[in-house]
Amino acid sequence: MAETVFAPWDDPNEKPLIRFQNVTKRFGEFVAIDDLTLDIFEREFFALLGPSGCGKTTMMRMLAGFETVSEGSIELAGQDIAAVPPNKRAVNMMFQSYALFPHLSVYENIAFGLRRGNMPKHDLDARVTEMLKLTRLEKFARRKPHQISGGQRQRVALARSLAKAPKLLLLDEPLGALDAKLRQATQFELMDIQEKTGTTFVIVTHDQEEAMTVASRVAVMDEGRVMQVATPERIYEAPESVYVADFIGDVNIVAGQSTPMGEDRYHISWAEGQQPLVAASDRPFTDGQSCHLAVRPEKIAISAERPADVDNAVQGKVLDIAYLGNLSTYYVELPGGQIIKSQTANTRRISRRTFTWEDTVWVSWTATAGVLLAQ
Amino acid sequence: MNRLSWFNVTSLTLGFAFLYLPMVILVLYSFNESKLVTVWAGFSTKWYGELLQNEAFLDAAWVTIKVAVISSTFATVLGTMAAYVLVRGGRFLGRTLFSGMIYAPLVMPEVITGLSLLLLFIGIGLDRGVLTIVLAHTTFSMCYVSVVVSSRLMTFDRSLEEAALDLGCSSFDAFRLVTLPIIAPAVISGWLLAFTLSLDDLVIASFTAGPSATTLPIKIFSAVRLGVSPEINALSTIMIGIVTVGVISASLISKRNSLRQQRDEQAAARTA
Repeated sequence: MAETVFAPWDDPNEKPLIRFQNVTKRFGEFVAIDDLTLDIFEREFFALLGPSGCGKTTMMRMLAGFETVSEGSIELAGQDIAAVPPNKRAVNMMFQSYALFPHLSVYENIAFGLRRGNMPKHDLDARVTEMLKLTRLEKFARRKPHQISGGQRQRVALARSLAKAPKLLLLDEPLGALDAKLRQATQFELMDIQEKTGTTFVIVTHDQEEAMTVASRVAVMDEGRVMQVATPERIYEAPESVYVADFIGDVNIVAGQSTPMGEDRYHISWAEGQQPLVAASDRPFTDGQSCHLAVRPEKIAISAERPADVDNAVQGKVLDIAYLGNLSTYYVELPGGQIIKSQTANTRRISRRTFTWEDTVWVSWTATAGVLLAQ
Repeated sequence: MNRLSWFNVTSLTLGFAFLYLPMVILVLYSFNESKLVTVWAGFSTKWYGELLQNEAFLDAAWVTIKVAVISSTFATVLGTMAAYVLVRGGRFLGRTLFSGMIYAPLVMPEVITGLSLLLLFIGIGLDRGVLTIVLAHTTFSMCYVSVVVSSRLMTFDRSLEEAALDLGCSSFDAFRLVTLPIIAPAVISGWLLAFTLSLDDLVIASFTAGPSATTLPIKIFSAVRLGVSPEINALSTIMIGIVTVGVISASLISKRNSLRQQRDEQAAARTA
């Protein structure tokens, strides 16, 4: 079972397909990418995730060859690609605006890259047909881009960038222009196509759900630096910094001081006159070190009575209730003014809500529910 | 439909009368029987017949068309290249100077342009004729072309060119296969603009034309100095006719294209 898990990043003998080494990119005074080192492996579906202006698009454009590196080097399959112009790189890009050629038919758009390579007519036709089939566009081959819908345009753009069978495919916010329903369906389609073609995909997105859904690994970026690179599960469950914990999903952050209690356990004093919280952590903390406890709302239980045998339980008052249909989030205000979010799944239809505004409740969680972070 | 108020009707009438009354009179008198321009003596098409016999006018018309076609073609090539560099070239040494200088001929009095070209041609010993008019017209109309083309390039989605590069094009191929076909309407209207500018230019042509070649505007102007003949009215009517047909067909074509585009997009949205 263990052999079938795809995790080349854990194998020290595996050679990365792309290697960013101490890459810095400046635009005048502005530092877009700050001393960045990162490996991406073959057949990976790698997501660059971050707020706008964090440098993720710049990284992608450096891979495509539209921006040069100020310092450091980028290697593709062991070769420094700094001197290789975009039209000579075995890298293709799918643009955010799709950038379909409006004067060419769907067929000619897909054939465009192949025609540049002097491919024999017969092979070219076969390849374009294969791409049309892969993206289910056979019926639209003769249409012009303005004669097809947004979702179909997205598939044409994908087919065109895959036609030359690149070693690496870059996708710049590929689903940004689609509506929510279509986006979900297309995410699975993308994963399916990535698996079928075995191409390495690097996707840039600001949509964390999209990154979590499609990617084998996610790099969370902020201000030109990579904050953490890990699988979606690790990013969500074991963030390494408050920034990552806060950026991905919803989280409760409690600031306090740690006291080691042995066996990787710590007490966190967080408010005057309150019992210290108990948390487990692999990362060592010293006595009196300031720290942050990050706990996801769905890992916090809410109850009328104090539950027995639980590591952490604090009494508070229901301040707000957000009903989302499938979930309900309770905002509970603790005596010190700290607000804790607790999320429950509405597993039963039209059940009577147990708690309402101003109710006094207990919120509780186990020692291993949260992650203890230094910063 | 709202009925127009008396005020709107009046302003419409005044405006159109102001614009078209002179031309209407000219067209009417071109069908005048009398040789006297100001006296109406019945309908006739004889001046059109006489015009076709007039070798000097026909020669001048032929020269004018030749000059207009060649000079507007050169101007379009040069103007498009200049516009491309200005919009796409990024920052290079002297860019501001270059962009200022390319638009200077737009505001330069034609007399000055004409005179300086004349001095240049005399200086390098070029005999005045068709060649010198072509050169002069190319010079002053290329900046109009570059204005038209660069305003189109400003709104051009850069990622289309990047996509072409990404798919293996050299920069020249990207321009030839992607940029040019897409900006073609702007290039064509630039060509038409240069063509009409060349067609009706009198000032610059009179500086650069020689005894061997005269353009139609020069011919008309010098003929009028000897007295307006109904023949000239006939000639002008033909020119008005050609321009009118050109303008109407161009607007019909563009209207039909935009309607078709709209229909296609609606159809695409339905099948989605």
